[in-house]
Parts: sequence; structure tokens; C-alpha cells
Amino acid sequence: MLEARDLACERGDLRLFSGLEFTLGAGELLWVRGPNGSGKTSLLRLVAGLSRPATGTIRWRGEDIRSLAEDYARELLFIGHANAVKEEFSAEENLAVSLELAGRRSSAAERAGALERLGLAARARLPSRYLSQGQKRRVALARLCLAADVPLWILDEPFAALDARALDTVVGLVDAHLARGGAAILTTHQEVTIAARARFSIALGD
Amino acid sequence: MLGGLNAIVARDLRLSMRRRGDVLNHLVFFVIVVTLFPLGVGAEPNLLRAMAPGILWVAALLAAMLSLQRLFAADFADGTLEQMLISAQPLGVIVVGKMIAHWMMSGLPLTLLAPVLGVQFDLPQAALVTLVLSLAIGTPVLSLIGGVGAALTLGVRGGGVLLALLVLPLYVPVLIFGAGAVAEVSSGMSAAPHLSLLGAFLAISCAVAPWATCAALRVAYD
Repeated sequence: MLEARDLACERGDLRLFSGLEFTLGAGELLWVRGPNGSGKTSLLRLVAGLSRPATGTIRWRGEDIRSLAEDYARELLFIGHANAVKEEFSAEENLAVSLELAGRRSSAAERAGALERLGLAARARLPSRYLSQGQKRRVALARLCLAADVPLWILDEPFAALDARALDTVVGLVDAHLARGGAAILTTHQEVTIAARARFSIALGD
Repeated sequence: MLGGLNAIVARDLRLSMRRRGDVLNHLVFFVIVVTLFPLGVGAEPNLLRAMAPGILWVAALLAAMLSLQRLFAADFADGTLEQMLISAQPLGVIVVGKMIAHWMMSGLPLTLLAPVLGVQFDLPQAALVTLVLSLAIGTPVLSLIGGVGAALTLGVRGGGVLLALLVLPLYVPVLIFGAGAVAEVSSGMSAAPHLSLLGAFLAISCAVAPWATCAALRVAYD
């Protein structure tokens, strides 16, 4: 589904990586590894279409993601370092807004179910400024529960700040996504076990 | 697409209502600046009447500019803008939605408040009507052009000053013809030519500003 050819990324004068190639098919997981500053987040942002590679192309179902624009965005779920959680909005409202941006209609019951699954049911109506770092992360990740029809998930450090139970839930969500035939790219420093049809990793910065 | 636009406008308005202080800030600024002039200049009716259009317009322009920085900065800081860039909605729709919401929270209240303050300057009724008209046409231009500036200075240190330097020269024609329209009516002539020119500025900035803002936002992330 996703195919990257001869990717290179530069930050200022620094060349983070070059000549990077991979293909990712249905049900496959790509795990991007590397020390801090090796370009993991930069690679994920390239694949999400947020920034342009110095050289190389990324193709989705055979077409350049640059020319697909919103058609690619509809097939993609990206959760970056920043949670995109508004302090003024409640968890419920934040989830509704992010689903709206993703172009997905959702009912109040669906949203409540998603928040409950992430253990936020009791705090769904509280302004997010009263939530802890890990809870805000969970608000951002609640989208995963309602993204069954999105084929490509790109998750940047999804497990950061999560407790053991939430981590299990999110791993379970990624597992289910891969079992459905979706594809996922993620970075993490934690050791987690995800059952995927095929999993391979790229090590950056070596 | 229209549904998406409505959703963005509704979201930004709701967000503004949760941060009422920010919205009130620049309205209070507008009221204070306009009120200080009669106190400073002295109660000379003819002088005040002559100065009123300029004072009201300059104060409205500065108040509108004060609120510009928040247009994208908060969404940039918490990562929402990132999601908007890779949203299923075209970025142009999101940008236009944010500009409409910005105008409804800055330009629109300023427009409604201006005639009340105009009374302080003993402006005749015809001039007050023209003042409202000129602000109603002119303040959307301020939001549109300001959006380009806000996007260009995103994430830049000292962006506030840079934003003012960038945007103020572009505001000058709006100021000249906006205040000019009111002054014409005060001196007994027709405001139509000035208002038509303001309308032309609005049409041009509607066509160009959202597109330029999208390009600037993409650059900010590249």
C-alpha cells in the first residue's frame, strides 16, 4: 500500500538520513527505531505528508502522496508528539473536533464508548486543563477506537506517558487494526509485543 | 464542504467563548483609546467632529490587530494545526473558517460598538451610518490580510512586532478609504466612491488571502 523510495531528510544543514526505502502492505507494521534526534519523528512527518523530503518519493497505492492531498489524508490517521488537545474543551469535545477534522461523522454514543475504553468515562465532561499528561495522551488516542476504516495509522510515541492498563488497551487497538488488514507505522522506546502479519523495523542513526 | 466550514467556525467561536477575557481585551482597548481622545484634546465640538473618523478607524484597526496573533498561535502550539494540515477538509476551507470566526469575534463587535462611541464625538447620524458600513466592509479585510501575516510569523520569536510591521503597511489603504468615507459624509458629500473601493479591497483579499495563508502555513511546517 505504502511505498517509499530513496527518501532523504535534512534539518537545516544536518542530513538525518538518506537512501531510505521501504514498502508497507496490508496487515504490516513498521517500527521505526533509533536514538533521540535520529530522525524518527521527521520520517513520520514525511510519511504523513506534513513536510517534504529532500529527495525521494512516497507513494500510496501507486500514487504520489503530494498529488493525492486530501484523498491521502482521508486514508491516514496521524498522532504526533503534540496531542492536539485543547485545554478549554472537554475530552468529549476534543474527540468530536478531531473526528470532525478527520472527516468522520460520529455519534455521542460512539464517542462515549471510545473514551470509556481509554478509561476516561468519569472525566469526559471535564475541561482538559484538569487532566494529567497521560490522560491528555489518552484523549488523543481515543480516536483510534473510531478509526477502523482508516487503513494507515502513523503513531509517534503513542505509549509515552501511558500507564500499564492504557498501554495494553492501545496495543490491543493496534493489534486489531493490523488483524483487519490495516497498516501501521510507529515509534516507541518501550518494548511492546504487537502481533502483526509482518513486522519489520528501520533503525535510524546507525 | 460547507458543513466542514460551519464546523470550524463553530469550533473557533466556542473556543473564544471559553476564553472570553481574550475577546473582551481588545474591545476594552478600543473603547479606552477612543474615549481618551476627547479627554486629551479637549471638548471642542468642531475639532472632535473632524477628528472622529480617523480616531475611530485607527483604534478599530489596532484593536483588530491585537487579536491577530491568536489566530493560529494556539493551534500551532498544541498540535491542532498539524491535524488541520492533514485533515480530510481542504486546508483552504479550514483557513477561511478560522478567518470568519476571527472576524465575528473582533471586527463584528468593533463595528457594532463604533456608533455608540461615535456619539461622543457628536457625529451626525448619516456619518454614524457610514461609519458602520465602512467598518462592516473594512474589518473583514483586516482579518483576511492579518491571517496571512499571522501565518507567516508563526513560531517566529518576537512574532508580534514582526506581524505589526508586516501587516500595518497593507492596512493603510483600508484605513485611508474607511476613515475617508466617514469624513466625506461629515462634509456633506457621498461616501459611495470610498465604500466601493473598500468593497474592491474586500473582493481582492477574499480571493488572495486564504490561498496565501495556506501556503504560509505549509511553509511553517516544512
